[in-house]
Amino acid sequence: MARIRSPLIDVAAAVTALYRHHTVVDGSGFVDFDVAVRRPNGFRALWRPQVVFEFEGEEPFNPLPGDQGFPLLEWGLNWCVYGLCHQHLTLHSAVLERSGRALLLPAPSGSGKSTLCAALVFSGWRLLSDELALITPDAGELLPLPRPVSLKNASIEVIQRFAPQVEFGSRVEETAKGVVAHFPPPAGAVRQSDERALPGWVVFPKYTSGAPARLVPMERSRTFMQLIENAFNYDIFGRDGFDLLCSVVDRSDCYTFEYSDLAEAVALFDRLSRGERA
Amino acid sequence: MPEPRDLVVEALTRPATHFERWSARDWTHFFQQARNAGLLGRAGARLLGLWPSGRVAPWPANLEGHFAAATRLMEAQRAEVQRELGYITRALAGLGAPVVVLKGAAYLAAGLPPGASRVFSDVDILVPKAAIQEAESRLMLQGWVGTHDNAYDQRYYREWMHELPPMQHLHRGTTLDLHHNILPSTARFKPDGRHLVERAEPLPGWPGLHVLAPTDMVLHCMTHLFMNEETSHSLRDLSDLDLLLRHFGSNGAFWPLLVERATLLDLRRPMHYAIRHVVQVLDTPVPADVAARIGAYAPAAPMGVLMDAIWRRALRCPHPSAALTGTSAARFALYVRGHWLRMPPGMLARHLTIKALRLHGRTTGEPVTTPTQG
Repeated sequence: MARIRSPLIDVAAAVTALYRHHTVVDGSGFVDFDVAVRRPNGFRALWRPQVVFEFEGEEPFNPLPGDQGFPLLEWGLNWCVYGLCHQHLTLHSAVLERSGRALLLPAPSGSGKSTLCAALVFSGWRLLSDELALITPDAGELLPLPRPVSLKNASIEVIQRFAPQVEFGSRVEETAKGVVAHFPPPAGAVRQSDERALPGWVVFPKYTSGAPARLVPMERSRTFMQLIENAFNYDIFGRDGFDLLCSVVDRSDCYTFEYSDLAEAVALFDRLSRGERA
Repeated sequence: MPEPRDLVVEALTRPATHFERWSARDWTHFFQQARNAGLLGRAGARLLGLWPSGRVAPWPANLEGHFAAATRLMEAQRAEVQRELGYITRALAGLGAPVVVLKGAAYLAAGLPPGASRVFSDVDILVPKAAIQEAESRLMLQGWVGTHDNAYDQRYYREWMHELPPMQHLHRGTTLDLHHNILPSTARFKPDGRHLVERAEPLPGWPGLHVLAPTDMVLHCMTHLFMNEETSHSLRDLSDLDLLLRHFGSNGAFWPLLVERATLLDLRRPMHYAIRHVVQVLDTPVPADVAARIGAYAPAAPMGVLMDAIWRRALRCPHPSAALTGTSAARFALYVRGHWLRMPPGMLARHLTIKALRLHGRTTGEPVTTPTQG
């Protein structure tokens, strides 16, 4: 439950559009994160105004240029989850579900994970998260946290072509990374946000121009080490973290994946979900 | 308008029936205040103790997850402190002088109540002044690196203060503060570090490491709390003091010895403030005759009234939602007072000027962290 405050019209409009399937509650309930996106104090507001993220009255980060309010909000909410929510083990990974099993796509930025995740969302897979895999310590299940999906640069057009029905929010020029845009999580994903899933597949994606879609089985031990590389709070979990990642790897079919054509990639994952040889 | 509530203090002191009346909004404010104060783990543990499994707890389900997160974090930090103590033991084996562990790490190492439910950051240790150069060298050989490279800071610490600049480990990133006393030699009160080392008690699990005797540990906590210039952890430190006093105070012999040691170590004024306020805020049980005796160490009446008002504000949890009017003025007053108690006025003026100029230089410089898309 997040309380989001902002005096900025573009941020309010983006939140309304991109969280359209989420429930809005009145202010009397319990709030996990109290955040705001606003202009920083000071006379800078008059010349090339900036935006700053506020968490419970503190500003943990430096301001960004003025029109990047919504991406900053999303980034800040991610930070709240991976920085503070140590009730579960958190990995930098997309998570989708099909036939009761969860697919993890762990990867750093630039690997093509986001584009692949977005395509799968429109191809029969339920979105749990495009960024954060939350693993419960008791049963080793994946906890859904469906939020707006972010895409960058060329990926935006690719997904617009792949799924023309998608309604992207405003495109924002990010000085560092280029253009970023978000689309809302599907209504079904939000409705099912209480339904956890046990891990079924761990796939490390990599977009390589011109490459045919290929799933290559990956050794469990290597998968395990790669998952640690993609974990935010493994060190805090200590021995429990080791056991938890072991259980994830033991339950899953593990692969590396290379692709360039989205339709080909989606078809391959289709066969994967039906248990056919990939 | 009703006075802002310090819900962390309520969580640490009130009976179970009190919380059945809290609204979801109260729980949200408590959660924000407690985490901000570094007391979510401790307050959470107390609340969980009031509702053993089987009874339906009055707090929202999500808060349960946050309690679990705080517990998980505390356990990780405890494990890290224990590892650090192991490294320190090995680095300083053969130093030929006792190494006394202070504050949070001491509570943990000695198995004392505050150690079970606390957030930890640095490890603080004390060695006799004669051994400090040797200790520093041995630590550097094992990978701890000095900080505060500039000439002013180095002189400030080495000539005037009771501790060296903090040392950071090259590989592990952990921080170690090496002291030779609990107050600087220029301070208004002058405890002799040798008295502290004389009565330090060995720690069974770590050969060569010690902790202060109970009375001295309590006095150090009181001194740190009531003479420090930084007040952001005051409530947490006050809670540590409350737990130490409840633990040691059950032994009747503790109290007269405490007063005796305070006299020997020239720490009666901090002890007075400490007892007065820990009783007021956290209902710590203190024998009436002891409280009366300590009451005699109060400052003159006008100062006493002023300090009461200042402590009343500064000892609350630091979250803005709990602040009384005049809290920032109170914290600023303690900031100045903390420095004034450490050093003579001329030195103080010079020190604060240098710090102010440096702060100005930093705010006009490059930013320290910039967000990047995950």
